[in-house]
Amino acid sequence: MDGGFSDIWVYLSASPLLHLFLTLLAYLGGQRLYERFDMYPLLNPVLIAVIALVAVLTVTGTPYLVYFEGAQFVHFLLGPATVALALPLYRQISRIRKSLVPILLSVLVGSLVATGSAVAIGWAFDLSEATLISIAPKSVTTPIAMGISEKLGGLPSLTAVFVILTGILGAMIGPLLLDLFRFRDWAARGFAIGISAHGIGTARAMQVSDVAGAFSGLAMGLNALATAILLPLLWRLFF
Amino acid sequence: MIAAITLLLGCQLLGELFIAATGLPLPGPVVGMVILFIGLMIHGKVPAPVAVVSDTLLRNLSLLFVPAGVGVMLHLALIEREWLGVTAALIGSSAITVVVTAFLMVGLKKLARIGGED
Repeated sequence: MDGGFSDIWVYLSASPLLHLFLTLLAYLGGQRLYERFDMYPLLNPVLIAVIALVAVLTVTGTPYLVYFEGAQFVHFLLGPATVALALPLYRQISRIRKSLVPILLSVLVGSLVATGSAVAIGWAFDLSEATLISIAPKSVTTPIAMGISEKLGGLPSLTAVFVILTGILGAMIGPLLLDLFRFRDWAARGFAIGISAHGIGTARAMQVSDVAGAFSGLAMGLNALATAILLPLLWRLFF
Repeated sequence: MIAAITLLLGCQLLGELFIAATGLPLPGPVVGMVILFIGLMIHGKVPAPVAVVSDTLLRNLSLLFVPAGVGVMLHLALIEREWLGVTAALIGSSAITVVVTAFLMVGLKKLARIGGED
């Protein structure tokens, strides 16, 4: 009996189907829990899914690369989904036109604050240089952040982790902080979340308000552009 | 629907080609987003199937970050070693960035409006 079960497990583990299924299942579970508790920001579905999956993979001794063979089908959709962000932008074009100068200035300063504050705090806590470089582009969407990190001599896969953690954190504490300071302007709220928490923040903003979602997506794209250009220049200047 | 999916992938492909040709430090999908945006501006409206496919993808955007997030298991040792600094930097910087950007955006919008009334 026991041998039969482990044979089936070995067979299933070797096919991408199992880990694709588990990825969707973990996310669905996280989403249910999140909705159950009135979308309380600290119960972020991505965080719940990641914790559940890491636990399962660790217990079953499954390497990440084996997991990714199944999960890559979900990961691949990030590309077309990023392209699709053109739609909310297009729908909000008149609002964006009206505040073009505030948008551009906020991106420049926001990009510097996001990278500068992370490096400054990390440096105060004596983080190693590789970790500091890897954490600097943490607010930039994953593929660009990995590219920046690699260019400066960081660890791209570590950067990917920091980026995801930052996104989850921003989606968790961002709305709470914005409520605390009584920001009511959906455009500004979405924009601030998008600068700090890129796509994960945008995903959350999109669920709350169309305006917030569009401005968050806009902020994410512009921040990626600004940081990809500014960070390598500044890094050479200071280090 | 197939046409809409083909359009999204086509924009992404054009974006990748653009990056390969120019060597700009940007990801292809972001350029693809700009290409689709320009296309929508020229066309003047969003075709219904494109709206259906895009909105479905965007409603489930969070899910798409899960596989990369699970990559945290590759770096558990390093994070265990430097967890305090990493946690402080991520939480501190996220909080500062959100609040500063929101204040700046609201302040600048007010300033622009006052400037416009003069």
